Amino acid sequence: MTRISLSINGVSHEADVEPRTLLVYFLRECAGLTGTHVGCDTTSCGACTVLMDGQTVKACNVLAVQADGSEVTTVEGLATNGDWHPLQTAFHEEHGLQCGFCTPGMLMASVGILAENPDPSESEVRHALEGNLCRCTGYQNIVNAVLAAAEQLRSSAAQG
Amino acid sequence: MATAEKYVGGGVLRKEDPKLVTGQGTFVESITLPGMLHVAFVRSPYGAATIGAVDTVAAAESPGVVAVLTGEDLAGEWAAGLPMAWPVTDDIRIPDHWPVAKDAVRYVGDAVAVVVARTREQAADGADLVSVDYEERPAVVDIESARADGAPRVHDQFEDNDCYTWALTNGDVDAAFTKADIVVTERYTQPRLIPNAIEPRGVVVQPVPAAGDYTIWSATQIPHIAKVLFALTAGIPEAKVRVIAPDVGGGFGSKLNIYAEEIVCLVLARRLGAPVKWVATRSEGYVATVHGRDQIQEMEIAADTDGRILGYRAKILANMGAYLQLITPGTPLLGAFLFCGSYGGEAYHFECTGVFTNTTPTDAYRGAGRPEATYAIERAIDALARAVGVDPVEIRKRNFLPTGEMVPSPGGLAFDTTDYEQNLDRALEIVDYDSVRAEQRARRESGDSKIIGVGLSTYVEMCGLAPSQVLGSLNYGAGGWDAATVRMLPTGQAEVVTGSSPHGQGHVTSWSQIAADALGIGFDDVTVLHGDTQVAPHGMNTCGSRSLSVGGIAVHNACGRVVDKASRIAAHLLEVAPDDLEFEGGTFSVKGVPDRQATIQEVAYAAWTAHSLPEGEEPGLTEHHVFDPPNFTFPFGSHICVVEIDTETGEVEIVRYVAVDDCGNVVNPQIVDGQVHGGVAQGIAAALFEEATYAEDGTLQTSSMLNYLVPSAAELPSFELDRTVTPSNSNPMGVKGIGEAGTIASTPAVMNAVLDALSHFGITDMSIPATPEKVWTAIRDAKGGAA
Repeated sequence: MTRISLSINGVSHEADVEPRTLLVYFLRECAGLTGTHVGCDTTSCGACTVLMDGQTVKACNVLAVQADGSEVTTVEGLATNGDWHPLQTAFHEEHGLQCGFCTPGMLMASVGILAENPDPSESEVRHALEGNLCRCTGYQNIVNAVLAAAEQLRSSAAQG
Repeated sequence: MATAEKYVGGGVLRKEDPKLVTGQGTFVESITLPGMLHVAFVRSPYGAATIGAVDTVAAAESPGVVAVLTGEDLAGEWAAGLPMAWPVTDDIRIPDHWPVAKDAVRYVGDAVAVVVARTREQAADGADLVSVDYEERPAVVDIESARADGAPRVHDQFEDNDCYTWALTNGDVDAAFTKADIVVTERYTQPRLIPNAIEPRGVVVQPVPAAGDYTIWSATQIPHIAKVLFALTAGIPEAKVRVIAPDVGGGFGSKLNIYAEEIVCLVLARRLGAPVKWVATRSEGYVATVHGRDQIQEMEIAADTDGRILGYRAKILANMGAYLQLITPGTPLLGAFLFCGSYGGEAYHFECTGVFTNTTPTDAYRGAGRPEATYAIERAIDALARAVGVDPVEIRKRNFLPTGEMVPSPGGLAFDTTDYEQNLDRALEIVDYDSVRAEQRARRESGDSKIIGVGLSTYVEMCGLAPSQVLGSLNYGAGGWDAATVRMLPTGQAEVVTGSSPHGQGHVTSWSQIAADALGIGFDDVTVLHGDTQVAPHGMNTCGSRSLSVGGIAVHNACGRVVDKASRIAAHLLEVAPDDLEFEGGTFSVKGVPDRQATIQEVAYAAWTAHSLPEGEEPGLTEHHVFDPPNFTFPFGSHICVVEIDTETGEVEIVRYVAVDDCGNVVNPQIVDGQVHGGVAQGIAAALFEEATYAEDGTLQTSSMLNYLVPSAAELPSFELDRTVTPSNSNPMGVKGIGEAGTIASTPAVMNAVLDALSHFGITDMSIPATPEKVWTAIRDAKGGAA
């Protein structure tokens, strides 16, 4: 067992973990944050995407011990004081989710995409989301949601 | 307060979303119980083998392991084998199918032992330590090899690998072919597909040993059917079994089943007296969750010299896999009536033979039988157009069934409502067909290395399953009705209990729209309860695009009964006869005296207190309705795909995709569009990307998301949607179904476009998926071998 400490959504967590424990299982089973889902075992689907020190990572491809000392943000930490992030609102308004299983990963991946490119084209969004699979939506409304949120974020930034 | 707002057809946002976008969904994976044990399966790495000694000692001694059980150890637990609910013929061969294999394994992934441990990791570690002596046997994985003389037999209990042959004839088929001027003979293959719902399957079972009660949470589309079949398979009284489908992360047919892991967890909970949990890994799901499609189709059309169709012959070989899962044999037959598509003719023959192979069982996958049928007829009608020498649009218009109601189809069914030509015209207008053709000519004439093609699919499908009597005549083991209970609460809200069990389709939203309008209350004043057999005792669940046209109608009709009763109580309160009342926007008012009124909320409160009710009226305002439709519904539409093919690489890019669907009246346009998007994406995937393949020894070569191409956003285009509205006469709301239409329509639209693009090379056939390698090779071969 190895002792790790990390901040998740601004809350400190300390725990003893097996060296083989994946970050995604640490989040789900130790920290009790079940919004991050496990959709595959080959780093293909992206359902487990979270932010680690501001970068998007697939939490099934990171050992919990590798996250020692880092700041992790999961879907549960996306809203601010109960106010949804513009991406959450956009996914709702654009019908960017059906079953919702891939959604936390899609949202977190999209946070990363818009941090890197605040004004992406449709094609750029599609290619940037390549690591996240959805079987329900055909992606069209996910792409629309990301574009709508980008516009909202740009407009807030311009005003702010 | 009462409201006059009309929600059906309007743009409300989904009620399901807030918890799902904030990480508060409850999927099986997230359910944890005190003292819960974890289950891992030991699975066969061989396609066919005899099981020898199973050494469980090392596993049993592994840290945290509580039990290691083989198929023999568990043999006394089953009251019956895994259920198959659709014995399509009287002489169908139904093999024994135990949840954990005893003597032999018949596909890679067949379970041979289970390990129960304190943690998920300990169970997996234990499973790795189970040592099984296998004596490998020859396997057979494809349909034609399985039917060859001397083929290895999948089941020694049968003489060969044929499972059944089911046939249907309507009219004098031989006469139609004898008098035909043109006979088109085509052969198509339907690759095996892997459904890939993004949530892997999972199950948690909580026993209450002293009471003999079991609560089963499962990632299932069919909690109600599961309750019956779990009870029968495990030998537990049905009333002691409660099944809950919590949030379910997609299904597409793959969760429309009764799986070994569910039954195993149930009997383990009984045996160990503790809660148990199993969640599939994705790789495990690839071998242990049903696959779809996998057919060889021979398709013949007889026509006169103008291309007017006289008759059809469709002969299908369908790969069953190693065992028969819940509706494995019936799945191809869901397309049995549709090999004539939206077209006319006087005679029709369909024949399907199911074949056992050493592969994962096949079963329902989005569209289930209808995509296969639609692919065959839509490809074949293009072949007929080539034979006649007319445009694909013209051949379709010459053969469309007439516009009308209860229109007889050559397959023998009467289509509820039809209006095909105007629908096609709308799609042609959107895509600007003539311009696309002009562009195609221009590129060909200029020798552009990037060529374009346009493909049509003017599909009709059959859904809203269905009239129970018809399902019975097809030997299906259950009914096709669905149920709803609507309760007005004393504080004025309504609870809608539905027998449909959604997994992404947005029933909570759509049912709220229906109930809010029918009861005249607010959208937010409706709560929809589903997916728990203790809360919703009656239902036939969500599959076959049936939820709205059966379950939604049950909600609509139950609301009607609530209003009827409320009307009697309101009349009593207002001291008039019920006939003297009008009901509008949630308010009962006396005709001609509009200020004498009572809201439905006031009536609900009065019904609850029961202080003053009409003579003989029971207290409360709760009504139930079970809807069993008089007919299927037959949604239709026109999908037009424009592809661009790079002749130097063989890559196919979809540059336009137009879908004009007709699913009758629409309750929620946004949800309907979303269903079309997702459906089309899956059909495109079948046309261009996805194909599960097996090595001859039974190894699944496409065994993970790394080597089976589930398309991402980068592989897919945006779709251009429109609708025509031809209300169904199969139900009082005039709705059809839209869950599968996109998948049913799109695969042939894409392939017809690919072949249309390649037609000037003389290429008239290609199997799906049209991979760059296949396209490039076809072009090279057509050019005489020069790349």
